[in-house]
Amino acid sequence: MAAEAGFAHDVLVVGAGGAGLRAAIAAAEADARLNVAVVSKVYPMRSHTVSAEGGAAGVIRSGDSFEEHAHDTVSGGDWLCDQAAVEAFVDEAPKELLRLEHWGCPWSREPDGRVAVRPFGGMRQLRTWFAADKTGFHMLHTLFQTSLRYESITRYDEWFVTKLLVDDGRVRGVVAIELMSGRIATIVAKAVILCTGGCGRVYPFTTNASIKTGDGMALAYQAGAPLKDMEFVQYHPTGLPFTGILITEAARAEGGWLLNKDGYRYLQDYALGKPEPTPVLRSMELGPRDRLSQAFVKEVEKGRAIDGPYGPVVHLDLRHLGDKVIEAKLPFVRELCLAYEGIDPARQLIPVRPVVHYMMGGVHTDIHGATPLAGLYAAGETACVSINGANRLGSNSLPECLVFGARAGRAAARYAVSAASSEKLAPIGALATDERRRLDDLLHREGGRESISAIRTEMHRTIEEGAGIYRSADSLAKAGDKLRELRERYERVRIEDHSRTFNTAFIATLELSSMLDVAETIVRCAQLREESRGAHQRTDFPDRDDKRFLANSLIYRSADRGARVEYLPVTITRWPPAERVYGR
Amino acid sequence: MSLNYTEFHPRWYRPRMPVFWWVGRRSYFIFVLRELSSVFVAWSVVFLLLLISAIGQGSKQYQQFLHLSSNPWMLALNVITLVFLAFHAITWFNLAPQAMVIRLRGRRVPPSRVAGAHFAGWALLSALVAWLILG
Amino acid sequence: MTEHIVLQVARYRPERELEPTQQEYEIPLRAEWAVLDGLNHIKDHLDATLSYRWSCRMGICGSCGMTVNGEPRLTCGTFLTDYSPGPIRIEPLHHFPVIRDLVVEIGDFMRKLPEVKPWLIRDEDSVMQPKAELLQTPAELDEFRQYSMCINCMLCYSACPVVGLEEDFLGPAIIALAQRYNLDSRDEGAQARMDVLSSAEGVWGCTFVGECTTACPKGVDPAGAIQRYKLTAAAESLRSFLLPWRSA
Repeated sequence: MAAEAGFAHDVLVVGAGGAGLRAAIAAAEADARLNVAVVSKVYPMRSHTVSAEGGAAGVIRSGDSFEEHAHDTVSGGDWLCDQAAVEAFVDEAPKELLRLEHWGCPWSREPDGRVAVRPFGGMRQLRTWFAADKTGFHMLHTLFQTSLRYESITRYDEWFVTKLLVDDGRVRGVVAIELMSGRIATIVAKAVILCTGGCGRVYPFTTNASIKTGDGMALAYQAGAPLKDMEFVQYHPTGLPFTGILITEAARAEGGWLLNKDGYRYLQDYALGKPEPTPVLRSMELGPRDRLSQAFVKEVEKGRAIDGPYGPVVHLDLRHLGDKVIEAKLPFVRELCLAYEGIDPARQLIPVRPVVHYMMGGVHTDIHGATPLAGLYAAGETACVSINGANRLGSNSLPECLVFGARAGRAAARYAVSAASSEKLAPIGALATDERRRLDDLLHREGGRESISAIRTEMHRTIEEGAGIYRSADSLAKAGDKLRELRERYERVRIEDHSRTFNTAFIATLELSSMLDVAETIVRCAQLREESRGAHQRTDFPDRDDKRFLANSLIYRSADRGARVEYLPVTITRWPPAERVYGR
Repeated sequence: MSLNYTEFHPRWYRPRMPVFWWVGRRSYFIFVLRELSSVFVAWSVVFLLLLISAIGQGSKQYQQFLHLSSNPWMLALNVITLVFLAFHAITWFNLAPQAMVIRLRGRRVPPSRVAGAHFAGWALLSALVAWLILG
Repeated sequence: MTEHIVLQVARYRPERELEPTQQEYEIPLRAEWAVLDGLNHIKDHLDATLSYRWSCRMGICGSCGMTVNGEPRLTCGTFLTDYSPGPIRIEPLHHFPVIRDLVVEIGDFMRKLPEVKPWLIRDEDSVMQPKAELLQTPAELDEFRQYSMCINCMLCYSACPVVGLEEDFLGPAIIALAQRYNLDSRDEGAQARMDVLSSAEGVWGCTFVGECTTACPKGVDPAGAIQRYKLTAAAESLRSFLLPWRSA
């Protein structure tokens, strides 16, 4: 097969969402001579950043302070956050949000014209900037439209990266498939920044779009970079039952209540404070997501949840907010409820349940977005710095994309400028040949036993049962065994579409491999963390164990698809571990 | 292969827009009628100019003009023209609010008011002309 | 006994055929299923070779636009029961080249988009290190908010006959986006966008069919945006004609 023409860039960003576009702009701004490229398996406007609703946190009000935002984040993360990173993050977040405002982002405003902020879960002060209830949409479109101004940024739209090329401990580029034609190309790059988002699609019920399959995490893992804190999977307490569509935390921030089948605000039974008629910060419905999701499970166990056609649910009550507030602050929530549940939230209760929403874990990076692999960077949900620790606070992930996207972009730019020119290094074609052959062989494979959808469905069932909101040694061991079996069955999967042109079945097959890799790391890390902290709850180890586990887990791929786990002690700068207190 | 497909170079299918693209769909059909109505608007202007010219040239020309106008074909044409004129006015008045976004005291004037104002103006002018001619 | 419904889906496999064909699939008729859920059922259980785009399944990413029974719709927000007993005809969006099955080529749109400079234009050195926000009242935000809601789903292009007839026409979404910036009180770029917008490929290519606004799932009203700009452009022409010494 004839070799495809190569493409060469200084900085290559994989993923064109909030973090990816911000990284590309930062690299282009750092040095206009740099040749920057962004490769994404979907057009940038389709990236999952677009569906974020609630808001982006940044300290701007006079009564607020960086210290408070940092403390809220660290305690929200159950002390697993890298505090130096959190301090840098809270300092840069408002600057990034302001920059975005100057790029045109239509933040909602106070009557006097200043940017408005709203309360949000786990935050002691009002600091969440918002653009109605479509914050992610407006941020993404602002970033995308702003990126169009930079002529030094090239885009590869609808190209799927299948492998990171690594030689002699440094990243040299990627191999990618152009979806439209099916051609396989090698893209040479001095620095690669992974901004491919999270992996919610590993689970059956998720707010995440179909594209969130953990590809970047798998790329890094396969290339030898470690993944960090993979056991910490965030369930968002309020997703719609069948579709998993997100009902934003902002609904609770504006005053929504969570009710069980008796119409009782059950969160008061779970050390989250006393019910007040209006929202109280860090209390009740404005508690952290992990605690709210765990409360749901307990209510189900007590038989106090409502039985729905798709399993148990509780009710989100927005009726007392009134039409005016809902129209002004939560119009998208109303649209979604009407379209997907046939319910008008101003008049009826919304059925909700916890659904997987965000991955705290990801590719291990330092405070500049650099991984241990030379030339490889990561930012956004794909990365784990970690600023979110064991549980992310709502409205921290959008600024995270901006702050660390920019940091990674700048760091990658610095690296690319100082890196040796590619003529001095070994030719890259040879590295890519194996991967190209592997892909061609896979595409043309005949026979095979099962469909990818069968394996995927079983993976879903396995991981939800084994590594859901509550886990045990037993459930995790079973899940680990099953996933190993599923990996073997995957090696014999049936390729049903052998064509080249826009073969989405083939891409889904490759995505399933990413998801199986990620699922295995989640289960393995959860097995080894014998404590309960934040979003990782072990029924057999119900308490937090700072002596053994005040550390991030790092999982490395070892030969024959095994894995090796190490622990990295958490960086504590200002806040020694304390009790997480909400509601008082 | 006789399909003109070369590996990695798929041929995109480019459907042609049919000549009668506007027939199958009600909204397109009404749009084309609306566009067509401008022909009749032009005719009504020409007719008015002919009328004025005939008046200006004296009683004999005027009588000739009236005779021409009472011809059944001319009558039919002018009736059709009247229908299209009304159609033209109504569709454009209804579309006007989309083009004219007016803000009074910070709030947008509702589209129905903008359209309504156009119709009201039409009615007023028609009443004025009627009064001038008949009164 | 579950009810069923038939989907008549357009197929096009350039490696095997010169023209699109149609394939019928019978799927369960579930009350909460959108057309997209039906397509996913086909792909997962009946025919994995069907290619189409989708992502968020909540009407915000703009990926899943297709022609359903002749109308441009987001298949994630269009429900099977609205069409029962069926059959439902599913085809790719109109006025775009078809790459494969229900996947269309939108490269033309992506190339035209930067021509209207859809970004905030300000004469400002401090953009990268801003000290404070640019003030904007809720009323000023209201002026352009509607036009900022576009998800680039391209349903308006599928609905607009001019897009199909005139290759160079910028199209509804692009002009609406230009208006979004023109009407943003923080923007200073109206002059920079004027030439492109006032050309024959810009607003003057539009004949106000209005189908774009009807098709838009987000209430953007691109037709309104375009007609408003026609007034702006006409006023500007008049002004530069009558008062040539006054630059806008």
